[in-house]
Amino acid sequence: MSKVLDYHEKHKNDWRWQEGDVTATRTTMWTGPGCHNGCGIVYYTKDNKVVGIEGDVNNPVNQGRLCMRCINYLESTNHPDRLKWPLKRVGERGENKWERISWDEAYDIIVKNVRDIQKNYGPESIVAMEGTGRNIVWQVNYLCYSAFQSPNFTLGFLSGDSCYMPRAAVEGVTNGDFFLVDCSQQFEDRYENPEWRAPEYIMIWGSNPLAANADGFFGHWITDLMQRGSKLIVTDPKLTWLATKADYWLRIRPGSDAALAMAFLNIVISEDLYDHDFVEKWTNGFNEVAERVKEWTPERAAAVCWVDKDALVAAARAFAKAECAAIHWGVAVDMAVTGVSTAQSLNSLVAITGNMDVPGGNILVQYAYGQGLAYNYGFENVPQDVAPKRLGNEYPLRQMGFGANAHEDAVLEAMESGKPYPIKMLWLQTTNPIANMAGEAPRVYAAMKKVDFCVVVDLYMTPSAVAFADIVLPAAMSSERWGNRNWYTPLRTITKVAEYYEAKSDEDIILELGKRLQPEFFPWKDNKDWYDWIMLNEATESGMTFDELQEKVYSFPKFEYRKYEKGLLRPDGDPGFNTVTGKLELKIELYEMWGLDPLPWYEEPRESPYSTPELFEEYPFVMTTGNRSYEFFHSEHRQLKLNREFHPDPIMDINADSAAKLGIKEGDWVWIENRKGRFKQRARLDQFMDPRVIRAEHGWWFPEKEAAEPSLFGVFDSNCNNLTSMCDNGPTGYGAPYKNQIAKVYKCTEENSEIMPSTQVTRLGGFPYVKK
Amino acid sequence: MSKNNEKYGLLINYEFCTGCHSCETACKVENKLTYGQWGIKVAKDGPRQLENGKFEFINVPIPTSLCNLCEDRVNMGKLPSCVQHCQAAVMFYGPVKELADKMSEKPLQVIFTPV
Repeated sequence: MSKVLDYHEKHKNDWRWQEGDVTATRTTMWTGPGCHNGCGIVYYTKDNKVVGIEGDVNNPVNQGRLCMRCINYLESTNHPDRLKWPLKRVGERGENKWERISWDEAYDIIVKNVRDIQKNYGPESIVAMEGTGRNIVWQVNYLCYSAFQSPNFTLGFLSGDSCYMPRAAVEGVTNGDFFLVDCSQQFEDRYENPEWRAPEYIMIWGSNPLAANADGFFGHWITDLMQRGSKLIVTDPKLTWLATKADYWLRIRPGSDAALAMAFLNIVISEDLYDHDFVEKWTNGFNEVAERVKEWTPERAAAVCWVDKDALVAAARAFAKAECAAIHWGVAVDMAVTGVSTAQSLNSLVAITGNMDVPGGNILVQYAYGQGLAYNYGFENVPQDVAPKRLGNEYPLRQMGFGANAHEDAVLEAMESGKPYPIKMLWLQTTNPIANMAGEAPRVYAAMKKVDFCVVVDLYMTPSAVAFADIVLPAAMSSERWGNRNWYTPLRTITKVAEYYEAKSDEDIILELGKRLQPEFFPWKDNKDWYDWIMLNEATESGMTFDELQEKVYSFPKFEYRKYEKGLLRPDGDPGFNTVTGKLELKIELYEMWGLDPLPWYEEPRESPYSTPELFEEYPFVMTTGNRSYEFFHSEHRQLKLNREFHPDPIMDINADSAAKLGIKEGDWVWIENRKGRFKQRARLDQFMDPRVIRAEHGWWFPEKEAAEPSLFGVFDSNCNNLTSMCDNGPTGYGAPYKNQIAKVYKCTEENSEIMPSTQVTRLGGFPYVKK
Repeated sequence: MSKNNEKYGLLINYEFCTGCHSCETACKVENKLTYGQWGIKVAKDGPRQLENGKFEFINVPIPTSLCNLCEDRVNMGKLPSCVQHCQAAVMFYGPVKELADKMSEKPLQVIFTPV
């Protein structure tokens, strides 16, 4: 066995080497195509083209492993459908008729429109949006604030900011920092680190990390931990592979998470299984929380959440009694009106069981070396009289800086009503809202059509580009750009090794446009110069320049457990947490000041078996959406033959008995419908789903279908967001019911399939509910 | 293929194979296999519920006749592509005798000798 791995041993300290006429470069993938990770890879390049890619065995993050999306990177990066140069629309919107133009001409057109709108309507009438963000999570907002001078940077109609931001905002006010399962990811020597230990229990809540790899978390770290003895509790409506391996599987009713989380707290507190020492020393508001959660007895939670009572009690006991335990949570937490409450309870559960920032618990993490740029970067460049006009500014968490972006739902309402002011321009970079992110996609489609000027920056021609764009700009993929990855640790550089026609990195596009609009805010020579400036001014604790870090490939800052004991969390250096009380806020004092409920609470989804029982008779399933696949990242990767070989069609899961009653067999195409609209997917029968729950995939469009309307790549035909909603948020503005709509299911027939949803939306004014 | 007259193979700890398709994809890309062709393919059983209430959901990647244990990569000192990219870290390459020793350490493992 010794000869194998010689290669990796030999290149352990190299960041670049030659193999004949091929150059090998160790760097980081992030991204497009999309992902929220940041794995170490080795590119093999020749003549400015990537000719090979593999995982970097010497990178501690992924240790040589990759998921199929990176392994198949060559098909993405060399795909004939990629955008090659700037395009200007020549037909009507939706006709897919374009003319090739130069970058200069594209910038001139954009600058003229920006200037006209700034002059005639004010800069706030320009909205810049991003979606998953490729590798850019602070650049589009910088463009919006600094170049457009508008405070309205936002996500692509992600109702209620329902991806990580509700959890992040809660953690901001309760801990002052984010938590992650301690998978040793903070140590260069990983599982060998003497301080680290595997959690005895990991509770996975509303996530399938193996496929999701969310937020810098390599999902298969979970299986690494299982191989090192960690046991699982899984809260998920679907019996995922992880759920089959769990000691306890809680088959939750989608949308009832906040109630179940309070029941966990109640069991742990009422059975006196909590960590008295930690609670007394380090938390605020324990007694009030204990009082509040009392009503969530195991019996009541079992009835409301459709989980097994005994399993719930046993799971809560196991979690609390474990020597160390951790929660891995997913976007299901955010995707309910009660999202912030669920996050608050789960965060509190980690705290009161003594698992905060301890080995094998949930570690508190910060951006490596203090490089903390995010959605607020550049906000100070918005003119002072314009900044308060940010849409959704009335929500206190946003006003106080716990969330920087404008509120997506308020943006939609402004587009529809012209109030408080009209929206005249959309800048869409890394987002394809009608395919993926927007709730109530047909409604968003109608609103977006009315906007005067729209620019799309993307990798491929997307349904959103065809439907709305006046200018389409080609973005570079990961191998074609400089960049960095700091989410959360280690700090990694992204090295440019290739070129593709006229595609430019997102940052270069932002810089070049910014220089033309507000040069004083864009002093950097190019993309790489900007990152060098970041290294020297934002990631200063590293003491490295961009080039130095690039040659090291990655760098781990020093990590310490129990930072609250050591005065490492607060700017004043005192022990405690970076919150108003200095304690971990089980009761959120800031909420009380803002007139919000400072304790966890529960509210039924506004359409549910219990809040609208009569409607539930007509729509007798609770529909959850958005489960992840190995093959795709949201709406991306649908062009790739290899990925589609594994996953050719959109799939919905339904209980086998429920399907039989409806005459539905495995693989049948079925319509899923509610009052807002309908869409079709193929049925996959599942013995273990609750008979009252269905699960549909998101992000589906069909690059192989006609681009022009009414087809629009079939983007509405299988779109679960024909049934979701916008403007149905919690009291903080956060959270939206993406994962808990009610719906009915029936088999597709020739007769009931005459008018496809894409035609309904693009030609017939939408579904009747939307038309109203 | 044998090296120093030693038989080599793949050991798979299928207790933790998640069915993520990385091995299948890595093999297809490495060997430029077209639609429908596989050098390794994941077989699935389950999920099923057992009488004791627990669940079973087994994935096992099975190498096919198109697998040559990545001879070229191994000669360069690299791991077979499926082994290196396996996200669950459940695949091992080596002399069958060494793999057999490793196999005796725990249940739910299998050794394949595709060539």
